[in-house]
Amino acid sequence: MSTATGTNLNIKVKHLTRVEGHGNIVVNMKEGVLEKAQLEIVEAPRYFEAMLKGRSFHEAAIITSRICGICSLGHQITSLKATEQALGLEISEQTVQLRKLLIHGATMQSNLLHAYFLAAPDFLKVGSVFPLVETHPEVVVRALRMKRLANDIGDVVSGRAVHPITPVPGGFTRIPTAGELKELKRRLAEDMYPDLLATVETLKSLAGAIPQFERETEYISLRSDDDYAMYDGDICSTDTGRVPDSEYLKMSNEFVVPHSTSKHAKVNRSSFMVGALARWNNNHDRLGELAHTAADALGLKPGCCNPYMNTIAQVVEAAHCAIDSIAIIDKLLADGLKDEQPNQEPTKFGTGIGSTEVPRGILYHEYSYDRQGRVTAANCIIPTGQNLANIDDDMKKLVPEIIDKSKEEITLHLEMLVRAYDPCISCSVHMLDVDFIE
Amino acid sequence: MADKPRVAIFDFTGCEGCELNQLNFEDQLLDILAHVDIVEWREAMDGQVDEYDIAFVEGSLSTPDCINRINEIRRKTKVLVALGACAVQGGVNGMKNTRPIDEVRQEVYGDDKYLFPTLPALALSSVVKVDYNVRGCPMTQIEFLKVFTSLVMGKEPIEPDHSVCVDCKLKENECVYEKGMICLGPVTRAGCDAHCPSFGQYCTGCRGLVSHPNLKGMEEILVEHGLSVDEAWKRLELYNANELEGVRP
Repeated sequence: MSTATGTNLNIKVKHLTRVEGHGNIVVNMKEGVLEKAQLEIVEAPRYFEAMLKGRSFHEAAIITSRICGICSLGHQITSLKATEQALGLEISEQTVQLRKLLIHGATMQSNLLHAYFLAAPDFLKVGSVFPLVETHPEVVVRALRMKRLANDIGDVVSGRAVHPITPVPGGFTRIPTAGELKELKRRLAEDMYPDLLATVETLKSLAGAIPQFERETEYISLRSDDDYAMYDGDICSTDTGRVPDSEYLKMSNEFVVPHSTSKHAKVNRSSFMVGALARWNNNHDRLGELAHTAADALGLKPGCCNPYMNTIAQVVEAAHCAIDSIAIIDKLLADGLKDEQPNQEPTKFGTGIGSTEVPRGILYHEYSYDRQGRVTAANCIIPTGQNLANIDDDMKKLVPEIIDKSKEEITLHLEMLVRAYDPCISCSVHMLDVDFIE
Repeated sequence: MADKPRVAIFDFTGCEGCELNQLNFEDQLLDILAHVDIVEWREAMDGQVDEYDIAFVEGSLSTPDCINRINEIRRKTKVLVALGACAVQGGVNGMKNTRPIDEVRQEVYGDDKYLFPTLPALALSSVVKVDYNVRGCPMTQIEFLKVFTSLVMGKEPIEPDHSVCVDCKLKENECVYEKGMICLGPVTRAGCDAHCPSFGQYCTGCRGLVSHPNLKGMEEILVEHGLSVDEAWKRLELYNANELEGVRP
């Protein structure tokens, strides 16, 4: 299959491995002209927007969390925000702080899972994390310990890290105890902190395996005056600046393409990028000391437009999430935990928008409700869907630049590119394959 | 079964949360790996093989390609285990089956709907023989470990067939109805240790129905606690639309 000599190239990677969901990479170059370089999304369509119609506001977040196991917390929180805005449900400061803590746990777990289990095998030239159990036992044990702690934040605060239980419209069905939060804080300080430093050292030794590739790109993420925006903020583009999230449709512009069951998106150019690298580029000034130390050590600079560096930005974020989780727990404990009941008495029935930064980028949910509190319209705009057009554009620039390499190397570079985006295809279809066509 | 069973893991239409839950056995993962050879798992590793002893399959079947793939997996495996609500009973994907399929496609993809073929979302058992179930949404971790250990030890896994209410009483939880909420525990299959009621939430029925559910009685209780008949059945259908097809009045 290796006949890439520069003029004719045909690559088809069916059901790309180590990504969430089903996609194919297809690249077709004929006599030196690139005819096709795209990520085909072949995940079976889910039809969530249609499933939501007629369902009670109590169920909207339960249903949309099932869009994706990996991003279930992100979908749930975004859904709750949209529902609360539509129904005029006020929430307490304690609820906001607990949600921010949950987002940190979910972001750490997802970013570390991607860096250690899905991306690192490429840096070490193995097919999965499993051979590393034999060759690098201390790294695997560390990765599992970090993931466990990140998941424990979800288990303690939301009842379960995958498809959380306690977050409901208006608040929480159970408030964690002070003792539970103190124990999480102790482990974050005593275990997570040194493990993060060790992670940075491990990645530093592997940084040579990250391909050098740059393409100037529009980056879109939330931005807030108060913190490194994850839970809330304005929509911010590196091209055009900040707008409120009520303008989300303009900032995402979904459209259907034949090679993808997930819709694509564009704003000011043919494509844009969301996710950890976009958040870093927009909000690096909101990060604290540990995150900046990690970024410096790993060569991540503001204005970075190498998509392969997204994995590095994820690790930098994990450092931020750990430190900020400790700060949030301190605040919750200082304010005193209150055994509040969720506020579920609607004050109106209208339309609401929720926007949140989830591990793969900015996520939007919008719902309208009738006077019985049933969903009449729903729209979910997924980060991976927003990134798909950008991945295609990256491939179109990348393939001619590396065309002198062997077909195996080109394929590996393309697979690593797609994995760097940490695509979540179940989400985007509410899909991913790599195909090269000769 | 051989000392080290060859295990393969597959996913169909679903959220891959059950697979993620397998990677979330941080404390047990290395022990699990010591007892089996994982030979195929697209989400976590490269490569494909021709046969295996145990296939764990997540997700429901909803495209023509899914039907071909599940038949191929059945041919290659000795034991097939359905993982999670989507695989066991269709799960949330089943909700789309309660509405005309063309209407659903039109709503999401508009006039481009013909680009993407789709079928009603089916449980694995409606197409192939399923040997064992690990229920729940996401799959119940304690049940997965029970089924996994039984299979590795060559024993028959036992599937519970009593209601979540029994587990809830054993945990000495206050009844969810006493808190002014509704709950699907009375007709839902136990095995989850009443996890949601233990965290203040009502049982949403993710583990499927017990084998002889009193659905009329369930409807009466839900209506007594403020739901309309339509709303009561909608709640029951959240994970169980396929099981309730033709039952709903």
